Amino acid sequence: MYEGVLADLIDELGQLPGIGPKSAQRIAFYLLQAEEEDVKRLANTLLEVQERVKFCEQCGNVSEEDICRICRDPRRDPSMLCVVEESRDVIAIERTGEYRGRYHVLGGAISPIDGIGPEQLRVRELMQRLSDGAIEEVIIATDPNLEGEATATYLARALNPLGLTVSRLASGLPVGGDLEYADEVTLGRAFAGRRRVD
Amino acid sequence: MDEAVPHLQVRQLTLQNFRNYDDLHLTFPGGVIAIVGSNGQGKTNIVEAIGYLSTLHSHRVASDIPLIRHDHTSAVIAAEVIRGDRALMVDIQLNTGRANQARINKVAVPRTREILGVLTAITFAPEDLAIVRGDPSERRAFLNDIATQQFPRLSGVMADYDRVLKQRNALLKSAGGARRSNLEAVSATLSVWDEQLVEFGTELMCARNELIVNLAPLVASTYAEIAPHSEPLSLSYDDSLSRSEERPVTYDPDAVRKAFFQALDTKRQQELDRGITLVGPHRDELRLTLGRAPVKGYASHGESWSVALALRLGSYDLLARERATPVLILDDVFAELDTRRRRHLAERVADAPQAFITAAVDEDVPVDLVGCWLEVDKAEVTQRDR
Repeated sequence: MYEGVLADLIDELGQLPGIGPKSAQRIAFYLLQAEEEDVKRLANTLLEVQERVKFCEQCGNVSEEDICRICRDPRRDPSMLCVVEESRDVIAIERTGEYRGRYHVLGGAISPIDGIGPEQLRVRELMQRLSDGAIEEVIIATDPNLEGEATATYLARALNPLGLTVSRLASGLPVGGDLEYADEVTLGRAFAGRRRVD
Repeated sequence: MDEAVPHLQVRQLTLQNFRNYDDLHLTFPGGVIAIVGSNGQGKTNIVEAIGYLSTLHSHRVASDIPLIRHDHTSAVIAAEVIRGDRALMVDIQLNTGRANQARINKVAVPRTREILGVLTAITFAPEDLAIVRGDPSERRAFLNDIATQQFPRLSGVMADYDRVLKQRNALLKSAGGARRSNLEAVSATLSVWDEQLVEFGTELMCARNELIVNLAPLVASTYAEIAPHSEPLSLSYDDSLSRSEERPVTYDPDAVRKAFFQALDTKRQQELDRGITLVGPHRDELRLTLGRAPVKGYASHGESWSVALALRLGSYDLLARERATPVLILDDVFAELDTRRRRHLAERVADAPQAFITAAVDEDVPVDLVGCWLEVDKAEVTQRDR
């Protein structure tokens, strides 16, 4: 067993998501042998992230300013809004380059087991953003699991009376995959969401 | 054997750190295999492992922990299964502290439930008396095992239903403490979960009804053969909706869905007061009746054994008819049965393409039928002549 500050470091690293005791040990020994300036840079970056990164007042995405880069960008289509669970989802959609509107980050999905209802999510902020009529279309892009579906249904019911176009991301077959390897749920949804070929 | 009906056979079995075995390799022929040994030597552990591959749980214990050898963190059950003229490798690693991992032909599957249907087996064991005498949950578990072996897809629906039920109950519980002003907000979220509960619940109820309708005549005729002087045995589906006003007239999905929504509506206040979901397949009952009296509480000890045996053999017949003749496992049961029931069971064993029979002594096995004798002594398995 390790003692003192080295044990503390291994414990701290082990608290991080996706890092088990073995990985924590490996990273700790890597840092022990690394150049001093590299370690200092890492330590400073950790502190800086803590100090500088906050959440965009408008969309809830991570940002270094009060308003994030995407919300500030005038080239973005102001009439389209994509609702996601987490900031990570914004990055995933941005990578596609398919979407030119803005985002709204809920900060999770409805899950009563974890004590999360609509009040714990940024739903009120969403309704406020929609109140001025500038946004015409809302795309609900919550995860395709039970909690994500429940959140999507909840939002769709709240938004439909506002007279907006509300849509849900299609769920279906992975590109490059084989039909025979798709599970029944995915295949069933792909059937339900089939489209006409012109 | 009828060529049109494929049957299943376990050709090889490997157990690693499973119960009292550190590394066991066995090869089985078709026909009747007797596994004999004193209590506590490990004979049931072998058939328990085969049963696990077919239902993903032990027929003896609710948790996987006792299956993993003491002082180890994982156990492996691997089998080569013959189905018709195809051989398939299936294995599962049981882990403490993390999810189990299953593979088909050495390829990992994303969820263990995807191996359901690879090996179908029917186990009859002393524990089955609980199906007859125990709580409704025992009978639901019995139905679930047969349903998932017949339609493996349903295990996914069951998992989703359980998850929705947990979420909905958590919401009902938290709403119980909420003030009246909050009630409107709660019911908006509740209706979202209602929708999912009804979607998955309807699918389960329709599947259960179909299963019971198909199973009932097979179980009834088996029972009549085992106990010709008894009142006739009947099975019926007592779903939780039928106990309220909104009984569905037919098990057409649309009718069930409608009745389910209405029942939730009627029970809303009660559900909020008690903080639990009061309607749905988690409150279903499989009703067993002898003549006009319920089996539970009225049947004698012998009758209860006959009913349990009839349920298992009827399920065996159903799977044989609908999918492929399953592997038959009789765990320590011959000693419990009287002459007539033993004789009936022996007849069924004689017809089975592959049957495993465990017993403490040779006399508790239909000796003339056995093609392969295995002796178990302190986790050592040896083949011997009669």
